[in-house]
Amino acid sequence: MHFLQPTTWDEALEARAGLPDALPVAGGTDVLVDLNFRRRHAPALIDLGRVPGLGEVSAENGWLRIGAAATYDRLMTALRRDFPALAVAARTVGSPQIRHRGTIGGNLGTASPAGDAHPPLLAAGAEVEVASRAGTRRIAIADFFTGPKRTAMAPGELISAVHVPRASGPQQFAKVGTRNAMVIAVCSVALALHPDRRRVGTGIGSAGPVPLAAVEAERFLEGVLDEGGLWEAPRPLGDAVRGRFADLVASAARPVDDVRGTAAYRVHALRVLAGRVLDWAWADYLEAGAGREVGAG
Amino acid sequence: MKLSLTVNGEQRVIDDVDAGESLLTVLRDSLGLTGTKNACEQGECGSCSVYLDDGLVCSCLVLAGQAEGAEVVTVEGLAARGELDPVQEAFAQAGAIQCGFCTPGLVMAVHDLLQRVPDPSDGQIREELAGNLCRCTGYQKVISAVRLAAGRTNGHHGY
Repeated sequence: MHFLQPTTWDEALEARAGLPDALPVAGGTDVLVDLNFRRRHAPALIDLGRVPGLGEVSAENGWLRIGAAATYDRLMTALRRDFPALAVAARTVGSPQIRHRGTIGGNLGTASPAGDAHPPLLAAGAEVEVASRAGTRRIAIADFFTGPKRTAMAPGELISAVHVPRASGPQQFAKVGTRNAMVIAVCSVALALHPDRRRVGTGIGSAGPVPLAAVEAERFLEGVLDEGGLWEAPRPLGDAVRGRFADLVASAARPVDDVRGTAAYRVHALRVLAGRVLDWAWADYLEAGAGREVGAG
Repeated sequence: MKLSLTVNGEQRVIDDVDAGESLLTVLRDSLGLTGTKNACEQGECGSCSVYLDDGLVCSCLVLAGQAEGAEVVTVEGLAARGELDPVQEAFAQAGAIQCGFCTPGLVMAVHDLLQRVPDPSDGQIREELAGNLCRCTGYQKVISAVRLAAGRTNGHHGY
């Protein structure tokens, strides 16, 4: 096995092009598990840890650019205001040791249906920036995952960054696990309210072959908020709206029975979590009060 | 391949490191630093926790080659001057040890926690130590040790 340690992004793309079966490694928190248990044999490893600036987080024209090598502990602090759902989700990943090494690019590359970053990225409408020697392209997050541990990336491509609009309203994330920390999600839900464009975004994790958006729940809540003039003059939503939203989130899931939980449990838990994230997000929206930027109806 | 790094303040060079080898196996098998324990090899148990350039990591999840040129501090490095670190003293005083297997990792994790959060609440202690498992289930005394050590730590590595 070869070990390559490119010191520039161009060198990394060159290495990737020359060794299509090589395994890229950033924090190593997924890859090393496979190597330690000999589940994976790659002819070469490409360590991306020496590429300068690959973990930078920057803002431009109302969007954030989150470098692929940004670690969870960095996301927890850097995104608190501009992408709070991901900041919260990052805090639920592993332990301090794992959050210090694991990266958002690695979470996307592994493409586990249980990846904690994925529901917030779906709710926020993120785009994944991938690059090869041929150039750079962006993939909408909803098109990025093509199956369990499979992505829309082409051979020779590396994940360079994630782009996401800066939060214009409340965002929440909730996850069920077998304990309060250090767990892989049994299921998870992210919710983002986007008053600037009068949209609602959702993401469901660990309850389908890929992370999913609950599109019908999004359209339902947008309809309620538009028809009631609630974007401009928010009032409590009431139990009927809460219940319908939670049902639509749960019905968007396509879960299976596995070692972490049954499909029936996941549907139940998603309904509970969806109600909670809506309560929290709407309470935040009510509290923020007047003066917010609401898009044209 | 050849690996060169600083371990507990000492420059070390190791020949014949495999590309897929972890930092943990280099520390234990090549350098004989067996205070760092090998248990789960998947980042669940924290018994292999070491500092890598001042950040706490599971050394089983770091490729040896990723530590090239880095500064690593293991549990052996905490008491390198022959004097126990305040965290180690607190563990002894609180009796926060049963079989002892998880102790080096927990000592490292508590050392790291107190550098970042000098006076943690009980909730913070539990959340921050979630990645270190004690299968004797001696957590209560570990938490007592953290409380004892809080305020006594000097915030520096021992070497």
